[in-house]
Amino acid sequence: MTDVLAITDHRRGELRDISYEIITAGRELADETGGDLHLAVISGTVDEFAEKLDRDGVDAIHTVDYGEEFNHGVYSQAVTQLYDELAPQYVLAPNSVNGLDYAPAVANELDLPIVTDAVGLETDGDTLAVTREMFGGKVETTTELEGEAIVTIRSAEWPVAEGTGDAAIDAFDVEIDEGALGSTVTGFEEVGGGDVDISEADVLVSVGRGIEEEDNIPIIEELADALDATVSSSRPIVDNGWLPKNRQVGQSGKVVTPDVYIAIGISGAVQHVAGMKGSDTIVAINTDPNAPIMDIADYAIHDDLFDVVPALTETFE
Amino acid sequence: MKILVTVKEVATVEDEFEIEGTAIADQYLGADLNEWDDYAVEEAVQLQEAGLADEVVTVTIGPEDCEQTIRQALAKGADRAIRVWDDALEDVDVLDVGAKTDILEAVVEDEDPDLILTGVQSGDDSWGATGVALAEDLGFEWAAVVNHLEHDLDDGVASVRRELEGGVEELTDVELPAVLTIQTGINEPRYASLRGIRQAQRKPLDVQGLGDLGVDAAAVEGAVTLTEMYEPESESDVTVWEGGAEDTAGQLAELLREKGVAP
Ligand SMILES: Cc1cc2nc3c(=O)[nH]c(=O)nc-3n(C[C@H](O)[C@H](O)[C@H](O)COP(=O)(O)OP(=O)(O)OC[C@H]3O[C@@H](n4cnc5c(N)ncnc54)[C@H](O)[C@@H]3O)c2cc1C
Repeated sequence: MTDVLAITDHRRGELRDISYEIITAGRELADETGGDLHLAVISGTVDEFAEKLDRDGVDAIHTVDYGEEFNHGVYSQAVTQLYDELAPQYVLAPNSVNGLDYAPAVANELDLPIVTDAVGLETDGDTLAVTREMFGGKVETTTELEGEAIVTIRSAEWPVAEGTGDAAIDAFDVEIDEGALGSTVTGFEEVGGGDVDISEADVLVSVGRGIEEEDNIPIIEELADALDATVSSSRPIVDNGWLPKNRQVGQSGKVVTPDVYIAIGISGAVQHVAGMKGSDTIVAINTDPNAPIMDIADYAIHDDLFDVVPALTETFE
Repeated sequence: MKILVTVKEVATVEDEFEIEGTAIADQYLGADLNEWDDYAVEEAVQLQEAGLADEVVTVTIGPEDCEQTIRQALAKGADRAIRVWDDALEDVDVLDVGAKTDILEAVVEDEDPDLILTGVQSGDDSWGATGVALAEDLGFEWAAVVNHLEHDLDDGVASVRRELEGGVEELTDVELPAVLTIQTGINEPRYASLRGIRQAQRKPLDVQGLGDLGVDAAAVEGAVTLTEMYEPESESDVTVWEGGAEDTAGQLAELLREKGVAP
């Protein structure tokens, strides 16, 4: 029991980046346990996916040809059966919205401990140490466990695996109990369209919960006007209905890559950063000098936005 | 129909804080209703107002201190609350997913709800796994990261939207009984009215120990231990502008002019 089984992620015919990142994480772990790295690819065009996933360091790829798109019941049953067959020490799954829709169920079914959203992994063969964040990224922690476990992996923490491998690819004979599939995916919808495409903007003035009230939004709009920039925001602003969905930057919003991103009263939670870390120059205005946004900002002002923003607007008038 | 909502009191941290061992020192901590659970409570109360639910019950694992947070949920319209606590829980530093699931399963068996709503994650330890693990444990159906729920629950089916990454939503039909993990933005959580707050004081808040629920104390020890906590090492080479707002705004303006993005 030294092997690692990593489950890949895809949507609407495309493998997602995490599928290549999880290979790197899985390989590192398998090197420490002295075992093999097995991948599983479940549903969709599995043979095509398997070819793409055959990168350096992968020992075996198990294809589960059942259904087109993600269904958590199919994934849970398939991963459970793969586990029974392969007896790996660790199962890795993506900490994606879909990963979180089956990994906890698998852990419960197999009576394995689960640790989610890992940003680091280390093992001496017996004890697994998982690095993860708490309090929205304010602190990092190490959690330890013994024996087998299932761990979900944060995206963009491990580099994508490169190079062509020579994995053994085999079709895994899964037995899906259709009677147990009590949920059915009926379709997909893109949201957040509309008049403005923030992903096209050169300069974004982005506002977060630090703005406190809807009535304060105009001070951000005035700054954007003065700079001829576009207004975007973190999620709570959209949740509150203060700005439309097409302004939301982040994991469940838009990915933006402007020349300048001014983050005003935004803490820099991982799901927000996922959408803006590719910006050329990042400026943070935040009263909290320890806010996670400071880790990726190029310039920062540790001060009250209600003082700084109007002063800034004024310099352009 | 009966709805059970899991409600957690989460720890909040001040801007400046110190770590003692594997915890943040008490004086820097506050407490609040978990943001995601606030939306879950609101969704349940709206289902009740729509005439679909007869009763909304909350369940919290936590010490007596968190009763003020539980009262917040009651003030927003939940009918009654259950709080689970036990001496055995006092010394547990990580209540892991398996332990929470065992406790909540026992409560569900007593209450027999048709629908369970949980937050997607909690703001402090952000496991994001309890709802789905609980569903599997109970043999219920489930859906994670739900940002829309059709309120007709036609023929015992909940039509939901799951919010995937990158602005894509998945439309899914889920058979009841089910657990839905609720994402922020699904509704607009209400503020508790003064009347609600007064009424909440009189609503039943039932306290249960592990023994009452028939849960073995060994179950709560969990498999995961917290061995380290530290402030993340910053790799950033951020330039911090100092001075009053006029000065810092001036420096930022200069940068923007240099970059050619401002007049
Ligand atoms: C599945 C999932 C998907 C998500 N998707 C997204 C997403 O796409 N986009 C997104 O943004 N979030 C997303 N989130 C939410 C995310 O986890 C955070 O909750 C959110 O990003 C926090 O927004 P914020 O930084 O504006 O608010 P907070 O975290 O509350 O931060 C507010 C900041 O403002 C500062 N501040 C307060 N007052 C002032 C002042 N007067 N002057 C200056 N600074 C001040 C504070 O110091 C703090 O740093 C998602 C979460 C989940 C679970």
